[in-house]
Amino acid sequence: MAIIVGYVPTPEGMAALDSAIEEAQHRHQRLVVVNSSRGESLVDPRFATGAEWHSVDQRLADAGVDHELVQLVEGKDAAEQILALANDLNAELIVIGLRRRTPVGKLIMGSQAQTILLQAECPVLAVKGKA
Amino acid sequence: MDALSELMNGFATAAHPTNLLYAFLGVLLGTAIGVLPGIGPAMTIALLLPLTYSLEPTQAFIMFAGIYYGGMYGGSTTSILLNTPGESASVVTAIEGNQMAKRGRAAAALATAAIGSFIAGTIGTLCLALVAPQIVKLAIKMGAPDYFAVMVLAFIAVTTVLGASKVRGLAALAIGLLIGLIGIDPTSGQQRLTLGIPELADGIDVVVVAVGLFAVGEALWIAAHLRRTPADIISVGAARMTREDWRRSWKPWLRGTAIGFPFGAVPAGGAEIPTFLSYVTEKKLTKHPEEFGKGAIEGVAGPEATNNASAAGGLVPLLTLGIPTTATAAVMLGAFQGYGIQPGPRLLQTQPELVWGLVASLFIGNVILLALNLPLAPMWAKLLRIPRPYLYAGILFFASIGAYAANLSTFDLWLLLLLGALGFGMRRYGLPVVPAIIGIILGPTAEEQLRRALQISDGAVSGLYNTWFSKVVYAVIVLVLVVPPIVGRIRERRASRETPELQHSDRTGGQ
Repeated sequence: MAIIVGYVPTPEGMAALDSAIEEAQHRHQRLVVVNSSRGESLVDPRFATGAEWHSVDQRLADAGVDHELVQLVEGKDAAEQILALANDLNAELIVIGLRRRTPVGKLIMGSQAQTILLQAECPVLAVKGKA
Repeated sequence: MDALSELMNGFATAAHPTNLLYAFLGVLLGTAIGVLPGIGPAMTIALLLPLTYSLEPTQAFIMFAGIYYGGMYGGSTTSILLNTPGESASVVTAIEGNQMAKRGRAAAALATAAIGSFIAGTIGTLCLALVAPQIVKLAIKMGAPDYFAVMVLAFIAVTTVLGASKVRGLAALAIGLLIGLIGIDPTSGQQRLTLGIPELADGIDVVVVAVGLFAVGEALWIAAHLRRTPADIISVGAARMTREDWRRSWKPWLRGTAIGFPFGAVPAGGAEIPTFLSYVTEKKLTKHPEEFGKGAIEGVAGPEATNNASAAGGLVPLLTLGIPTTATAAVMLGAFQGYGIQPGPRLLQTQPELVWGLVASLFIGNVILLALNLPLAPMWAKLLRIPRPYLYAGILFFASIGAYAANLSTFDLWLLLLLGALGFGMRRYGLPVVPAIIGIILGPTAEEQLRRALQISDGAVSGLYNTWFSKVVYAVIVLVLVVPPIVGRIRERRASRETPELQHSDRTGGQ
């Protein structure tokens, strides 16, 4: 059993991480932080850099949460990665951040969050970024 | 003074709104592809070759030259911010440039690269305008044996001086010359290497060859190596420099120009060697040796000025002798041939409007490039976020359209695929693409000169070296072949570990 949080270095990602830490403390569960990229472009702003990743590690350690960091470059969407991991670890909860998107934007770009919400076997906590 | 008045006429041509638009398009496109690693000016011009069917030569070449210059500007942005050179000419820039960026001096590094490129490009273009007519005066007296000797020099220099392995360079050249032979022998009318296929009798269209080797080959290569961990990019605002930066930069800019232009102008071109030389020079002359390797501004200013000056220098042999020294120049030569214009000593007389319009547009392009690059470098860096599958799918699409448009035959598409597979194979086994493309485009011309020389001498081999000029050139060729191994051996004996390793991007085929 574990809690999985999808992390991206954005306000939404930070909000998701905050909520996930709270939940982990509350439930006394191990927290698995996932950050992934399809690795198709040379620069991916949603892929955490070394310094950012280290600060996440630091925050979790400070919060006293049993945690694990997973960074993946496998050419799969973040949603697929998180769902696969949730299945493997038999996750108790998935925490994700939500971006503001217009309906048309969602139609065109699709939504990682939507995929997770619809396909996850466990409860999903969707958090909005602080405006 | 003759050249200057001609140049003024050139400005009149270049200032025509349509031509200005093409110059702007060229530098815009050039900067974009310069920023993207793996896509070089040679590939871009190859992809745009089909445009020559509908465009006036002047406009096409103004745009191509803009791409050529723009690529040199754009390459530095990626080198500095990402530590991945966008072009092979910017490999050296990455050494100091990325270190500067890591220390929060990215804005200064970008500024010195852009301003240095501007100064070197302007001085280089001025040299081009002044030197070209002089070389033409010499070249007009050159006979067939002299031409052949210079072309052999170009072949040898491109294959042995550039690239890591001479054997691989020669193998690539042989592939190029072989493909260049396909078609009907212009002297005897015999079919050569056509395998009985009627479509091959006309030879392979230069568009198909260039697009196949560069674009399709590179796209297949990238497709085979698609996944990689995204690199850390250093974010930065608009480029600017402090007074101290100016003081430390202006000498390297001028020295870089002085190194780059002659290296570009001799048929042994390429920007890799002069940029490296410039780096070593700045390292020796600097008053801040402790900063080298940790982000010395001189190490960015020098090489960046050098690569633009050598780009200007590279146009000298192209316009005066019809001899390309880089892949980009080779593809541009292919474009000239597509128009039925033979670049050479007579080009300045037969197409003065084209040549001087081109030179003048280079001045204008340089100004536009400076204006585009100083404030907009962060925006260009955003191009790196484009997912590569989309990018290369687009390239393949344009490649196929271009190859099909050449003769409107599906045969060319199969040929394109075959040449693309060849390009992929060459990258896979580390054969440089540049000698091959120069072999393909220059090979038939060299053969023509060789046979003309032999016809004049009635078949005697001495006809190839009976002029003083050709003797000098052959002596230079021997030096090019003999000196580097000896120097290498001496250096090995000294075992100096000072010089940093130069990573060659032969495999990427860019530039």
